[in-house]
Amino acid sequence: MTYNFAFLDEDTKRMLRRSLLKAVAIPGYQVPFGSREMPLPYGWGTGGIQVTAALLGPDDVLKVIDQGADDTTNAVNIRRFFARVAGVATTEHTAEATLIQTRHRIPETSLREDQILVFQVPEPEPLRTLEPREAETRTLHALADYGLMHVKLYEDIAQYGHIATSYDYPVLVDGRFLTSPSPIPKFDNPKLDRSPALMLFGAGREKRLYAIPPYTHVESLAFDDHPFEIQCWEHRCELCGSGESYLDEVVVDDQGTRMFVCSDTDFCGSRRTEAQA
Amino acid sequence: MTATLMLELRDLSKSFELHHQHGARLNVLRGLDLRLHAGECVVLSGPSGAGKSTLLRVIYANYRPSFGAVHVRHAERWLDLAKATPHEVLDVRRRTLGYVSQFLRVIPRVPTLDIVAEPLLQMGTDPHEARQRAADLLRRLNVPERLWQLPPGTFSGGEQQRVNIARGLIVPRPVLLLDEPTASLDADNRVVVAELLAEARAAGSAVLGIFHDEDMRERVATRLFPMQALEAA
Amino acid sequence: MSALLQVRGLSQHYGQRVGCEDVSFDLHPGELLCVVGESGSGKSTLLNTVAAQLAPSAGSVRYRQRNGAWLELGTLSEADRRRLAREEWGFVTQNPRDGLRLNVSAGANVAERLMALGMRNYSQLRGIARSWLERVEIDAARIDDAPTGFSGGMQQRLQIARTLVTQPRLVFMDEPTAGLDVSVQARILDLLRRLVNELGLAAVMVTHDLAVARLLAARTMVMQGGRVVETGLTDQILDDPQHPYTQLLVSSVLTT
Repeated sequence: MTYNFAFLDEDTKRMLRRSLLKAVAIPGYQVPFGSREMPLPYGWGTGGIQVTAALLGPDDVLKVIDQGADDTTNAVNIRRFFARVAGVATTEHTAEATLIQTRHRIPETSLREDQILVFQVPEPEPLRTLEPREAETRTLHALADYGLMHVKLYEDIAQYGHIATSYDYPVLVDGRFLTSPSPIPKFDNPKLDRSPALMLFGAGREKRLYAIPPYTHVESLAFDDHPFEIQCWEHRCELCGSGESYLDEVVVDDQGTRMFVCSDTDFCGSRRTEAQA
Repeated sequence: MTATLMLELRDLSKSFELHHQHGARLNVLRGLDLRLHAGECVVLSGPSGAGKSTLLRVIYANYRPSFGAVHVRHAERWLDLAKATPHEVLDVRRRTLGYVSQFLRVIPRVPTLDIVAEPLLQMGTDPHEARQRAADLLRRLNVPERLWQLPPGTFSGGEQQRVNIARGLIVPRPVLLLDEPTASLDADNRVVVAELLAEARAAGSAVLGIFHDEDMRERVATRLFPMQALEAA
Repeated sequence: MSALLQVRGLSQHYGQRVGCEDVSFDLHPGELLCVVGESGSGKSTLLNTVAAQLAPSAGSVRYRQRNGAWLELGTLSEADRRRLAREEWGFVTQNPRDGLRLNVSAGANVAERLMALGMRNYSQLRGIARSWLERVEIDAARIDDAPTGFSGGMQQRLQIARTLVTQPRLVFMDEPTAGLDVSVQARILDLLRRLVNELGLAAVMVTHDLAVARLLAARTMVMQGGRVVETGLTDQILDDPQHPYTQLLVSSVLTT
């Protein structure tokens, strides 16, 4: 059985591209789109896959990561899927990829202007937990009425003494739209600001697309006296010794022994290869 | 030299129409004329039911006249309260027309000193100065200092009445309407009130009042204004 | 003195039913106006229409802004209406649960309007929230508690703090004491009276309770069947009611 190039039919891809153009034209604005049924369930990255499918060309080199890793189920499945339905080259090396689909991380290696990062987004609406009505959140966006978002940050400080939100940390894109960066750790938020690479976000279940175009100012919300801060660790990566990457805490045996390792497997691996050389 | 005319009632009538008592009509005042000048104290006299309190309330615009005019000199011009807008009436009450009734309308939880100072505060007087003036007045009226910080709700009738007088007289108003403000006061305190009224008159206020007590009436009145009850029409 | 709010010939129809009909009044700065009448008399409809929460069927409402310019509320965009509601007005609902954000702390409830106006200093927000809780007689130690654990009277006082914290020029209140015990009511009325005086607020308050009008309002409007049947000084209306309906209302009160 043969599929159309990259699984989706050409009309659907055209529809997606038009929505993506609109998203790029209005940074941070959530553009509704006709999300299709995909051969995997909602919550497994259907939004990201549709965006990737609309962008892929035969010459692209695709990388897929899940929580920073190239070798987890979700990443492997999606990479294989596109290798099969589009026949494109795939890679695990950030620097070699032209298109990177990601779940919950931004690679440690700096991205370039000729690369596109596609995020899988479960809930595109940053105000949703505070305001359940879609009509109301849309109005709040239209009027840039974002005091509500600070209510959440206020509650964090009141409860924990600091802003405890550690992932999906809300940002203001281009000084205008309040935007969810998807559930990336806030450690990655600074990488969104003035990134040379185009960043596209797809939420399949919620049927929304949005974009952060290259070199767009992205500000993480905060209070004057509680400025935005990223996570830091007392440990270094136990595999590559990195002191500036995002670390995962891994339990390695039944005695509860833990180790801290880079969440970005390509970054960690490259450093180890270099060290051996 | 004639004293300045402050208040003039012309052909004033007041009747009450009771819609729920088969449209009964009570005529209380009819065709009444009265002129009140600065510095005088006119005391309304007559049996109960003659409409003395009603007249004071009509002048204060607490009751609406059925007919006629209530001209008052307010901020150097004449205003007919029968035709004035509510905002005008409020301004007249704030600056020109004072009214002291028999009863203190108690505001829950507000200390006595603040109740007395409130009319001054509403005029924009500095709060410290307003409380100072209130304290002076309460002291003159022999209200014990230990009561000043308490709300007057539980005070005796005489104490409440003195608080009421202090509140009514704290702002020097050109026209004062007094509805038996001394009814429950002892002789000593009546003397104090008479002195306060004499001071107000000397300062140019015109006073129109009801005093049932003969002694008090003689002490304060420059003129009596007799009133008769109307037969039911 | 120039008015703050001018209402002219305001009507609100729900199909054939009349919510309110041909209502006109002026409200001056620093003045509290009570609208009284029994349930169904159109008081709340009038309030919501004046506060631009409902579009009127006929008539106009004009509001004089802080900068002195008049605004015709009927022609206002949604953005301007919300800006006005956020920066210059306040609305206190009968049920505090409608006016509060129940899933966030008391402090956040008070601070929300300040954050909406752009205040971004956490300690300053905390300080203001704490002083407002004290102002409405809520123990400042409860600043981080959720209002769901508060009594009805406390919730209403919290809503008042949340509304007044931005020092609005005009506040709309819909039966703010109706759902409360008599003793709790007295405390809230006294609080409102004090705050209205201290802040120089102008307010339109809907109530079915004449004693509330007597205590708080210099002027009162009496409504029946959607129309204003009598309007004037509160003491005049209560002591010398002219209209049959007002006389009935006044004679039905046990003590005022």
